[in-house]
Amino acid sequence: MSTVEVKNLHKSFGSLEVLRGVDFTVESGQVVCIIGPSGSGKSTLLRCVNLLEQPTSGTVIVDGVDLTDPDVDIDAARRRIGMVFQQFNLFPHLTVRRNVTIAQERVLKRPKEECDRIARENLEKVGLLAKIDAYPPQLSGGQQQRVAIARALAMNPSLMLFDEPTSALDPELVGDVLSVMRQLAEDGMTMLVVTHEMGFAREVADRVVFMDGGVIVEDGPPEQVIADPQHERTREFLKRVLHPGV
Amino acid sequence: MSVVSEQQTPPSAEPRKGLSPRKRQRISRGIQYAVLVVILVVLIALADWKSISQSFFNLDVAREGLPELFTVALKNTVIYTVSGYAAGFVGGLLLALMRQSSVAPYRWLSAIYIEIFRGLPALVIFLMIGSLPLAFPGFHVPGDVYGQAALGLGLVSAAYMAETFRAGLQAVPKGQMEAARSLGMPYMRAMVSIIIPQAIRIVIPPLTNELVLLFKDSSLVLFLGVTAAQVELAKFGNDQASTFASPTPILVSGLTYLLITIPLGYVARRLEARQGAHR
Ligand SMILES: Nc1ncnc2c1ncn2[C@@H]1O[C@H](COP(=O)(O)OP(=O)(O)OP(=O)(O)O)[C@@H](O)[C@H]1O
Ligand SMILES: [Mg+2]
Repeated sequence: MSTVEVKNLHKSFGSLEVLRGVDFTVESGQVVCIIGPSGSGKSTLLRCVNLLEQPTSGTVIVDGVDLTDPDVDIDAARRRIGMVFQQFNLFPHLTVRRNVTIAQERVLKRPKEECDRIARENLEKVGLLAKIDAYPPQLSGGQQQRVAIARALAMNPSLMLFDEPTSALDPELVGDVLSVMRQLAEDGMTMLVVTHEMGFAREVADRVVFMDGGVIVEDGPPEQVIADPQHERTREFLKRVLHPGV
Repeated sequence: MSVVSEQQTPPSAEPRKGLSPRKRQRISRGIQYAVLVVILVVLIALADWKSISQSFFNLDVAREGLPELFTVALKNTVIYTVSGYAAGFVGGLLLALMRQSSVAPYRWLSAIYIEIFRGLPALVIFLMIGSLPLAFPGFHVPGDVYGQAALGLGLVSAAYMAETFRAGLQAVPKGQMEAARSLGMPYMRAMVSIIIPQAIRIVIPPLTNELVLLFKDSSLVLFLGVTAAQVELAKFGNDQASTFASPTPILVSGLTYLLITIPLGYVARRLEARQGAHR
């Protein structure tokens, strides 16, 4: 069974049609990278997968649950879907520890000691156990983003969504975040990643999806989509991101 | 600050004849000081200092007010203020949340309430509360004057605090709610654990100012008809003034207000400055 199954997805904001019939799947354990020009609907697609945006039509099935079914418990479904944002969105009034434990405690109703143990495990995994008592504004962008990853992982998600997780970072901090994500991929996490990091997509992704104008133009293994694109639009886009300024 | 000195000199290229701008500034400042001195001299010469100090600074009369000034009047003022503030805080937060509700009638109710209670003088609200037993014979606000005071001050401050909270809630970035929801938190849980605590932090300075305003407004309790044990600062001063036929007690109760409002106002400004520096 696929972890994610998106069928004929449409999304409009008023009269602006942002997604115009998107179909794709992510198999369990796969890493799929979504690339495409600004405004092509990448974030909107990702946000439809955990229903932060309500699709206008079409179905989104995650772990066999149809999220577009009005009877579905969306809060329960979201617990199994981790999300990492471009702007980190850590809770600035809470310590790193509390950021990672609060949803475990309030949503999963785990006992306090267990929450704490799991928080430590995941902070260890992203290399930030030492910062457990710091507040987010005291951390660098790269550190904040790694805490955000730990916060999502603490819920034991079966799927992780990343929306340009390194775009807001200073260049020297990008590597730390990407290596955490690479490790996560090696551990077998199912990941859907919107990114402009072509190197990461080439090395880590099982599949690369190129979007333009609210539709998927090309979908295949990175050696095909990045190295040998079949469509003119893909070639144009890649020329611009791989050789900026040319 | 000198008003005249802020005048722009005409942007003429050739040096003007007569006085330089610097010199004119000095003369203007000299004139302003001279006016001040003249006013002071006239005041000192004309005022009847003996009778002023006799009536306003009569220490014997002032002493008569102790210790009830603090043990009764100030204490009651604080009780009225704090209970009204607590009611206004809860009511204001509720109104602010209703203002954002997806259920339209809640939004309307909240908007109507805020318009009405911000538009009415607080005195009118107190007069209405005082006349409730006329409208509903046998009806009593629980807690007697204390309950009525909390109700009146709460009704007034809730409307103001609702607007403050609304601004605070809107100032919390949208990504905070999205992050909380993406962790599986239901809307209300996210509000309580993530959004409201941040919103309250943002509005602590204006909420402190509101406390100052309410402390002063608590003087309106006097229109509810209070007993000697329920008296607050303003009425206490007024009663003593008529007892001793001296305005000193009013001055004393005024100073007692300042004892609270000036430090609180200072704290509010400090908090505001600190928050400004953090952005
Ligand atoms: N909440 C919204 N309301 C109205 N329009 C929106 C909303 N969210 C996105 N859009 C519009 O939808 C289009 C696609 O946006 P989206 O954020 O999905 O693009 P993207 O591919 O992620 O672009 P980028 O690379 O810049 O992040 C844009 O034109 C955007 O202005
Ligand atoms: Mg985007």
